[in-house]
Amino acid sequence: MENPAAPTLNDFKQMYRALWRIRTFESQVQRFAAAGEVPGFPHLSTGQEAVAVGVCAHLTREDTLFTSHRGHGHTLAKGADVQAAFAEILGRDGGLCRGRGGSMHLVDAAHGVLGATGVVAGNLPLAAGAAWAAQAKGETTISVVFFGDGATGAGVFHETLNLAMLWNLPLLLVCENNGYAEFTSREEHSKVKHVSAFAAPYGMPANTIDGNDLPVVYAAAGEAIARLRRGDGPYLLECMTYRMAGHFVGDAQHYRSKEERAAMIEKCPIERLKHQLIGRGVAENELEAIGEQARQEVLQAVERARAGPRPDPATVLEFVYSAPSIAAQFRP
Amino acid sequence: MTQTFIEILRRALDEELARDPRVHLLGEDVAVGGAFGVTKGLAEKHGMQRVRNTPISEAAITGMATGAALCGLRPVLEIMFIDFATLSLDCLVNQSAKYRYMSGGQLAVPMVVRTQAGAAGGAAAQHSQSLEAWFTHVPGLVVVAPSSPAQAYGLLKSAIRLGDPVLFIEHKRLYAMKEALEDHAELPFIGTARVARSGTDVTVIAYSAMVRNALEAAAELAGAGISIEVIDLRTLAPLDMATIAASVAKTHRVVIAHEAVQSSGLGAEISARIGSELFDELDAPVTRVGCPFAPIPFAPDLEQALLPGTRNIVRAVRELAG
Repeated sequence: MENPAAPTLNDFKQMYRALWRIRTFESQVQRFAAAGEVPGFPHLSTGQEAVAVGVCAHLTREDTLFTSHRGHGHTLAKGADVQAAFAEILGRDGGLCRGRGGSMHLVDAAHGVLGATGVVAGNLPLAAGAAWAAQAKGETTISVVFFGDGATGAGVFHETLNLAMLWNLPLLLVCENNGYAEFTSREEHSKVKHVSAFAAPYGMPANTIDGNDLPVVYAAAGEAIARLRRGDGPYLLECMTYRMAGHFVGDAQHYRSKEERAAMIEKCPIERLKHQLIGRGVAENELEAIGEQARQEVLQAVERARAGPRPDPATVLEFVYSAPSIAAQFRP
Repeated sequence: MTQTFIEILRRALDEELARDPRVHLLGEDVAVGGAFGVTKGLAEKHGMQRVRNTPISEAAITGMATGAALCGLRPVLEIMFIDFATLSLDCLVNQSAKYRYMSGGQLAVPMVVRTQAGAAGGAAAQHSQSLEAWFTHVPGLVVVAPSSPAQAYGLLKSAIRLGDPVLFIEHKRLYAMKEALEDHAELPFIGTARVARSGTDVTVIAYSAMVRNALEAAAELAGAGISIEVIDLRTLAPLDMATIAASVAKTHRVVIAHEAVQSSGLGAEISARIGSELFDELDAPVTRVGCPFAPIPFAPDLEQALLPGTRNIVRAVRELAG
């Protein structure tokens, strides 16, 4: 297996910055949800950021990405504009989707973020379809789909694995195994401990890694993506991670013990990368400055998003069909 | 040259595959012709990469067609029976239909889902349904149901070229019907109904195979001095209310006929819209012909007993006109 170019310390500093952008972004989602400014049901990926950053660091703008209801991190890591993403979550006109999508349906087509589905596992075949389109058009781009371990309970997960292998699609399946499917632990969902085990019967290569260790994620994703770009077919990467947030903003998390919650702070991917970089000679105050710069950048974008206008109610019927003449028939 | 419904569908697909490299067919057995032979010979002509067999995985192949459409292909997916589209519903309802809207116009899903519906020959309750109303209820989906080979030809080509997801419903009872395209000066496109027969006394609104029954009823009642105007809807969503309104303004009496279960069927929506938008034109309440509230039975005697047909339309028209 050829090794992708070894990352430099500078690469990791950039990734450290990307982790903080996501962490800060979601802390602001939580803050403004608590203040009543965020409609609907936002889901946070706090604690799982290393998966998004470690995988997306290998993607080009043209590669396509599909995510789940817990997709803020992936969307930002793929390059979406922070202000437009936050404006969408607030339901503003300047949002990525003009206020039609919200937290669970962020799309940024210009950056290859082709969507987030609120129905668990529904994004998997879409990503396979994007991979098929790339293959059919003779393009070298790949398609990546992020999903939680809960998705493996759905039949379409297995259908997609089978089809992706059968058609040798350039599809990277990234499972974020955070141990919970909504409010229920994995042990209560399946006798299959590791999601990567599902790949074997279909003949798909797979790996289970520590998803909270960014250098590990970066290396494993790099290896998998190099295979995909060579035309070697799909790959399932299972990242063991930990959802530091509840299932949704406001979830009281009675299903978690105090001890479990204390232990999870130690698993924090940002803290871990910080200590690794300090161990490699990076000054702590340099990392603090990078983190602070990322936080300020996001906080300013959030304020600009909050200052943006709300969508015009008169536009509510726009975008239903390709042509107004079709949609017009439905106008009251 | 007369061709069957199946041959004319194949001709439309063949021409679209040749015209546009983005067009791809996929579905169970499509590379060997499909369950009804519609795609026979197309894989040999256009290649196995353009006409792709899939496993029996309706949820995944509907999702793949949608994902490919997002990325620039024009997939034409075959779902063998509309009854099996129940397995495609998450994708069709939650994703394909809503992508343009939920993305604020950034993305589109230009795909066609060809499927086959309706009762004939004892296919029984899971291979005979008319489920179109489930789909006409979903904003973003276009639903098409041709009544003849020539109609199907124009509508399928139009569907493939449209920028929206289209559910294209073929009635199994029409598959053997023959027509010559050359006899049709004008081929239809999506979004418009047509007057299949002009008349002055009663409007019968129908679609798919029921248009044949409506035309039979019209011929029969012409002998009794009742003049029926038959509207062939062709596109079920979005509905062409202008064509309906013009006809109602002429006849002032309406029967809506479909094979689908009458309760909560498309006829209920059309009836409500005529009632609220065209109330002043009506001389009598709108009446409906549809299937009684029961699954489609297996035994031919029972199937015939349940299915609405020409006799039901004749009866409904006589009650209105009498």
